[in-house]
Amino acid sequence: MLKIENLSRSFGGVHAVQGVSFEVPQGVVYSVIGPNGAGKTTLFNLITGIYTPTAGHITLQGESIGGMAPNVLAARRMSRTFQNLQVCMNLSAVENVMIGAHLGLNSRLFAGMFRWPGLIGADRVCRARAEELLAFVGCEKYIGLQANSMPYGALKRLEIARALAADPVILLLDEPAAGLNNTETHEVEQLIQKLADSGITIVLVEHDMKLVMNISDSILVLNYGKKLAEGLPEEIRTNPEVITAYLGGEMEGV
Amino acid sequence: MSTMTSPPAVTSRQGSAPKSWMSSRFTAIAILIAVLALLPLVLPNAFYFDLVIRIMINAVIAIALNLLIGYTGQISLGHAGFFGIGAYGSAILTARYNMPPLLSLAIATLAAAALAWLVAGAILRLKGHYLAMATLGLGIIISIILNNEAAWTGGPDGMSVDTFRMFGLRLAGEQSWYWMFAGLLVASIVLAQNLVDSPAGRALQALHGSEVAASVVGIDTAAFKTRVFVVSAGTTAAMGGLAAFYMGFITPNLAAFQHSIELMTMVVVGGMASVYGSVFGAALLSLLPQALARVEGWETVIFGFILVGTMIFMPRGIVPSIAALLRKKDA
Repeated sequence: MLKIENLSRSFGGVHAVQGVSFEVPQGVVYSVIGPNGAGKTTLFNLITGIYTPTAGHITLQGESIGGMAPNVLAARRMSRTFQNLQVCMNLSAVENVMIGAHLGLNSRLFAGMFRWPGLIGADRVCRARAEELLAFVGCEKYIGLQANSMPYGALKRLEIARALAADPVILLLDEPAAGLNNTETHEVEQLIQKLADSGITIVLVEHDMKLVMNISDSILVLNYGKKLAEGLPEEIRTNPEVITAYLGGEMEGV
Repeated sequence: MSTMTSPPAVTSRQGSAPKSWMSSRFTAIAILIAVLALLPLVLPNAFYFDLVIRIMINAVIAIALNLLIGYTGQISLGHAGFFGIGAYGSAILTARYNMPPLLSLAIATLAAAALAWLVAGAILRLKGHYLAMATLGLGIIISIILNNEAAWTGGPDGMSVDTFRMFGLRLAGEQSWYWMFAGLLVASIVLAQNLVDSPAGRALQALHGSEVAASVVGIDTAAFKTRVFVVSAGTTAAMGGLAAFYMGFITPNLAAFQHSIELMTMVVVGGMASVYGSVFGAALLSLLPQALARVEGWETVIFGFILVGTMIFMPRGIVPSIAALLRKKDA
């Protein structure tokens, strides 16, 4: 599904990602972990086209996508969420989700102005689906609210609903449980599991080890921009290098 | 958490369309049409007709500018320049090349839109406030050209404009112009509200809210910014051309930086991301100087206080702030 080969990106003298290679098979939950500053979000930004790689290749479904703009990648059904919320606070919750379906709608300015035939109907269907997706991620009570009046935890899930509105084949989640309490984290875990069960390939960056160990099929460990280890959750859990480098000692709470 | 086990597929169910909002939109436009239809009965003389016409011209431009500033979050400090291109383009083409007014209006409008497209194409790929800087410079350049190319424009003394003829009809007198601009105002409101409430309008607002989120869902942010800028500039130029035919005499002042700021103030005071806010802002900024004329010498001070007061107490603009207050009372 997604293949990364020797991917590198430097910012001036900082090598944020250095020669990272891995492959994400279809239908798995693939997690990327590592200490703060290890290059996880940079890796996501490279894959989703927000940064262009300094070197290396990215292949999605057999097609080279390195250096493609984010809006071009969206057409290849790649969706993502953000570690620091990127919700449009000037729109309502439903409209934020409807934005996710942008590519499926006629978005010409003149079509909008003159109410092109079919536009209203397609938009109603899109709104209905957005409401269902909000309910699916557990945000049904915020339907109809402005995004800026929603709590943090709900906004995190709103981003997932927006990503799903694009009907993705691959979904990149950047710390979906960051800043959430235990109950909310558990709900997000169940949600990710449901998405994986429905056949969406998931790439996950997350600091909550319990969540990562519970739902990952495979784990990649980054440290200082380099690949430190890769393997099954049990292998990573017991890998001495990972334990010393990443956790600075013994692994707690697992 | 929902009991569904997989993300819902595309359905044919109709969404709970915001019905009350639709009907309030219909009510608002019906009231406006009624007011515009009845106003000529109470306007005492040509002076007041002229005042209302100027409000309507400003309102259409403020709506077009609000699409850019309020909805898309891009600032233009040079819209008076596009107004100037529309006005002088129409005037020069009719006077010196004997072109029919409607054709010269169309050419001037397209020229302004093409210029906007060129500027936007070069500048909108960059993030940040480059558009504000570029349009500021562009507006000043246009103003300088209109002042200095006296052989074409008459320079600072201005030039007279031919009578407007359309399909063999001669449009003259405040009354006929009143209906023309009233029709354009109603059309602009309907089209702008349609746009705002469409996929394209949502895309514009989304890139205002978060440019990175917009691009990740597939919105070509540079293209959308360019398109809305071209539409906004083209509308402003068309109004500039019509205003020139209406006024019959134009000076380069209409393309001055001061005018760009006035237009922007209408948008900001009336209400960002609010179509009726623009209409209100245009009315307020056109009427205030008249109302304050009797306190001569103090009008600028009072004007300033009103603007600063609005920004402090109603930072979202007058119409959205009052609308929010009413909604709170309702709930």
